[in-house]
Amino acid sequence: MNGMVLDRALALHLGVVALLFVLQFILPAYHHGIVARVLVLASFALGYNILFGYTGLLSLGHALFFGAGIYGTGLVMREFGWPASAALFSGILSAVTVSLIVGFLALRTVGVAFMIVTLMFAQAGYLTSLYFNEFTRGDEGFVLQQATRVIGPFDLSEPTTRYFAALLLFAIGLLIKLALVRSSTGRVLVSIRENEERSRMLGYNPFRYKLLALVVSGAFAGAAGAMYGLLFGYVGATFVTIQYSIFPLLWVLLGGAGTVLGPLVGTLFMFYLVDLTSGFTTASLLVVGVSLVVLILWFPKGLLGTVRQRVLPWLP
Amino acid sequence: MEFGPHLLLASLEGAVAAAVLALTALGLSLVFGVMRVVNVAHGEFFMLGAVLAWWFANLVVGNPALGFIIALVGAPLVVGVMALIADRLVLRRLHYDPEATIVATIGMLYILQQLALTFYGPDARPVVAPINFRVNFPWFGYSGYKFIVIAAAVVLMLGVWLLLARTKIGLIMRATQYDREMAQAFGIPVQRVYAGVFALGAMLAAVAAVLIVPIQQAHYLMGQDPLLLSFIVVIIGGLGSLRGTVVAAIFIGMSDGIISVFFSPTLAKILATLLVAMVLVYRPAGLFGARTA
Amino acid sequence: MAAVTLLSARGLTRAFGGLRAVDQVDFDLPAGQVRAVIGPNGAGKTTFVNLLCGRLAPSEGSIHFEGKDITRQPAHARVASGIAYTFQITSIFGKLSLYDNVALAAQRRLISDKTAGRAAGGLLHRRTMAALERVELAPLAQQIAGSLSYGHQRLLEIAMGLALGPKLLILDEPTQGLADGEIENFVALVRGVADEATVLLIEHNMGVVMNLADRITVLNFGKVLAEGSPAEVRADAAVQSAYLGA
Repeated sequence: MNGMVLDRALALHLGVVALLFVLQFILPAYHHGIVARVLVLASFALGYNILFGYTGLLSLGHALFFGAGIYGTGLVMREFGWPASAALFSGILSAVTVSLIVGFLALRTVGVAFMIVTLMFAQAGYLTSLYFNEFTRGDEGFVLQQATRVIGPFDLSEPTTRYFAALLLFAIGLLIKLALVRSSTGRVLVSIRENEERSRMLGYNPFRYKLLALVVSGAFAGAAGAMYGLLFGYVGATFVTIQYSIFPLLWVLLGGAGTVLGPLVGTLFMFYLVDLTSGFTTASLLVVGVSLVVLILWFPKGLLGTVRQRVLPWLP
Repeated sequence: MEFGPHLLLASLEGAVAAAVLALTALGLSLVFGVMRVVNVAHGEFFMLGAVLAWWFANLVVGNPALGFIIALVGAPLVVGVMALIADRLVLRRLHYDPEATIVATIGMLYILQQLALTFYGPDARPVVAPINFRVNFPWFGYSGYKFIVIAAAVVLMLGVWLLLARTKIGLIMRATQYDREMAQAFGIPVQRVYAGVFALGAMLAAVAAVLIVPIQQAHYLMGQDPLLLSFIVVIIGGLGSLRGTVVAAIFIGMSDGIISVFFSPTLAKILATLLVAMVLVYRPAGLFGARTA
Repeated sequence: MAAVTLLSARGLTRAFGGLRAVDQVDFDLPAGQVRAVIGPNGAGKTTFVNLLCGRLAPSEGSIHFEGKDITRQPAHARVASGIAYTFQITSIFGKLSLYDNVALAAQRRLISDKTAGRAAGGLLHRRTMAALERVELAPLAQQIAGSLSYGHQRLLEIAMGLALGPKLLILDEPTQGLADGEIENFVALVRGVADEATVLLIEHNMGVVMNLADRITVLNFGKVLAEGSPAEVRADAAVQSAYLGA
């Protein structure tokens, strides 16, 4: 019985990836660009959800890891002329390093203190990107030349290639996450969220597992940041502002914390909500603010969390 | 200017910053101490105070002092009412759960910012100081209004201290802070205490903002810095310790003022945020908060 | 029966402020025994087992397990090396299924046991179900643990302890809050466990203690008051006065 349940879940996730693949041929150019952006940012949210939804740690500092990814890629391309493929790895590696350091320190705290420590580290990171504006050009940021945004024969600035690169990143992230949450390790992460002391008394070192979750989510954020820089060609301090720490939280809450597909649903939904409302109001901040309040008040389980509770209990 | 006078100027600037910061942070600390709620929208209450001060002050034409006094009373009152509404509609429904309220107050932050942008606009606007005289030092002249800011902040803080230490309201608040369930069992209306504390915290931020608008213009994004600095102060002073908050505000405000005059303000902020993170990691009771006030 | 000493403590002490909750306790537990620790309320029983399983650090003294000094080892490492602890106040993962609760324990053992290798998936399932069957909860495997009755939650705790495959199983007040019929089942269950593991039992119910224990250690005011077979302890005048209040 268990085996069948697992296959059903795998089929669903592969189906979603296939659907996104087909969409590329159907979507008009405008939505094409939006969905590519959504896929990169949803990969960011996928990782955030591993930490928040599955392990139960609410970070307010993930912009730091996204920023480490985008700067780790952009700076080596601009300053040292690295090729895009090497720069991509450099971005991911930067995010992993930063998340290891932050994790070692921040995971000594719990609850509200953890939220504030991560917030403070991210704020220090943002200020640092302003302080070294000689290299980062601060708020203004810098553009990555189109000619350098190439991996092998693929021109990442070309819309179709861009869409497929974004989808590839998302698909890899989705499958890694699905495998992780269905593995023994995923079960331990959930047990820490549910009852950390009990988990310890089953022989698991909570610090180690929390650090693992933080670094994995940091790597996701870094990969998304690096890819964002490569695909859209712009690097700036705005990606390290607190907004970029709040966004993944918002998307995950909206889509459903602790669901594998929730972050995609949340990111898509939020993007189109802002897009649609921008027709008759410029108040995009209001949309974000009201969504956060409404979600936390009435739908703390998010869209897919509610679906799982009511209709599809097997949804991972 | 020579080093001595320069330092004096920096210290004066630091004292003004410390005074305003202490008031703002006191509000945040009070809300955290009694309700265990981290109010991320605190900086927006500060911003609303400033924006409303501009609106009130412009009701009266030709008499800046009268306009300022109307603002000093009106702006905190309006902000207090908005805080009461936020408490009633959002925080109470979340049962003041610490993590849920952080998410909700982040939402409130965006809502308030957008309201200010929509109704007040993106421009920074000044409020005319109620008085206009200069204190003349041998080396430079200094705005007399800034001394009034310091004095007013001290008076207000003494007022809060009296309220907490010497009145029945203060006793009820401290009892609620000490043990919510026990307080409820003794018939203390905890809901109303929470609503009152949340409003008082917001009003302290608003009044601090009214004091600062004649020096620093009102702008819809001006809440970010006070929020960050208040966080720093509350954490270094020891979460929930009011005495620690005031001591830390003076320390941070003064050093921020002095460092900013001599060094890069960005570097000062980087060091301060890292200091806060380290304090929370290694000394969660705060640097000055060994005994809770 | 000159059995190997599984666990030993020397001069074990834990002070809370001025109060010495556990005071210079020497303790030896041979492998294969069922040992009960009894004593009046506040005698330091729970503090004592918390020291053994690492939830508290001792103020003084040392603990050895299988000849290895574990005094400074954190709790999770002790569990990994074979000391399982079941909570006095039921502490299960209320929102997870019974299956996941027990699988969490069973997979811990597989992580330690490197020979399990690639076939771990099937083995995990078999061991999880075996532990659930022993406490007769297998039919409820997919239910959410929080929806179980109290008695069943206690059994689930024990299934989690069993699935760890421990060398030493520490049961802290396991029969508290159980009905008489449930206690009978429980005694039979522990008898079965004793064939594979050493059992350390903290218990108030004297019927259960006399029925199960090979040997009894009596604690009073943090010190060992007496130690011996059930018959010896029952006859001990000091124990009687401690319980009956001299």
